[in-house]
Amino acid sequence: MSYCFEIKGLDLFYGEFQALKNINMNIEEGGITAYIGPSGCGKSTLIKTLNRMNDLIEGCKITGEIKLFGEDIYGNMDVNVLRKRVGMVFQKPNPFPMSVYDNIAFGPRTHGTRSKAQLNQIVEESLQKAAIWDEVKDRLHKSALGLSGGQQQRLCIARALAVNPEVLLLDEPTSALDPISTGKIEELLLTLKEKYSIIIVTHNMQQATRISDNTAFFLLGEVIEYGKTEDLFAMPKDKRTEDYITGRFG
Amino acid sequence: MRSRFDDLLTTLNNSMIEMGALVERAISQASQALLEQDAEIARRVMEGDEAIDQMEKEIEGLCLKLLLQQQPVAKDLRQISTALKMITDMERIGDQAADISEICLYLANEHQIIAKQEHIQQMSKVTIKMVTGAIDAFVKKDRELADWVIAQDDEVDALYTAVKKDLINLIHDNVENGEQAFDLLQIAKYYERIGDHAVNLAEWVIFSITGEHKNKRVL
Repeated sequence: MSYCFEIKGLDLFYGEFQALKNINMNIEEGGITAYIGPSGCGKSTLIKTLNRMNDLIEGCKITGEIKLFGEDIYGNMDVNVLRKRVGMVFQKPNPFPMSVYDNIAFGPRTHGTRSKAQLNQIVEESLQKAAIWDEVKDRLHKSALGLSGGQQQRLCIARALAVNPEVLLLDEPTSALDPISTGKIEELLLTLKEKYSIIIVTHNMQQATRISDNTAFFLLGEVIEYGKTEDLFAMPKDKRTEDYITGRFG
Repeated sequence: MRSRFDDLLTTLNNSMIEMGALVERAISQASQALLEQDAEIARRVMEGDEAIDQMEKEIEGLCLKLLLQQQPVAKDLRQISTALKMITDMERIGDQAADISEICLYLANEHQIIAKQEHIQQMSKVTIKMVTGAIDAFVKKDRELADWVIAQDDEVDALYTAVKKDLINLIHDNVENGEQAFDLLQIAKYYERIGDHAVNLAEWVIFSITGEHKNKRVL
């Protein structure tokens, strides 16, 4: 089995506060891995660490090792290259205040693609992959802010796909969406996992059971249990996992 | 934090105990009807079957409501799905007690029961214990008790063979015993089936504890 990420002995401090404690985790290539746990348990901190979004936070200290397909991401790797290879989608859809087309073309342009024909192709392909092409093909040059929340989130996924990443990180991507838009995103992720490795933070337990192959349960900065989703939700090994997923926690 | 859910799970357990008690009483009264050739008791068992069917529907409704509203996982999911599976076997046991009672209606008119009923009455006692044990094991999540129930099935099967031998001898002694012997053999077969249903109950109890059904991972 090959892994997209190999995390070893990872500790993360915000000043004096230790937000992640000795994380050791290999993440399967080409599947969906869900991170679950109560608010403040470290799951969002960890996915931000995977494309170095904590770098700019003052007082943030990280020790340990994170390898992306064998390469140390905190070694010599260029952060721009890392973020091209590891895309991210946030809880609140955040399209740029520009046209649908320019949102998608933004990344490829930044990475040097200038040819109009090539950009057209990338825009169409990315929107197709994100299952939103049919809904926006006639309004490519209108503002992305006019789209619905669900469409904006799929646009953000398309934008992440436009630079041809290897891994997609999603931080509660459906928590602001209605059930129909949520369903569309879930279907989309199940299609995308054929080509990309996906890590999703979710507070929706049923979502984790529906779409993920593996699940990690976090508590107070530690990984309590990590394994196949169906095992974790059917026969959790740790009592804390059982208490959390059955709502007995606290 | 989840007190309403816990309350409903307690209601589920109580309903299972209640349905279990109805089923146990049906078997026990069917045996009494046979032993005492009492048509009145037999009729009561047959009429009581409706209450068992009703309980099955109520528990089924409660389980489906819990699945819909609580979307249970882990042990909650196993407990609810086990209850859903168990009530089908419990309902069948109720039917079989009624079937035994129906035969008892005819036997009540006979001058006397030809066979010494030790073995049949013994089957009744063992199967009642099995059913009670299976329900207890479910409520208390008691793996050992569930294993014990499964182990009792051999005794029920041995008793069935013994009854069959008794009846063959009776027919051998006097061919006119044939008709009653067939009725009694049918009754013994119903008890044997009740034993099998009790084994099914215990196997689902083991699933609710371990996630494995007949040594195979289900979830």
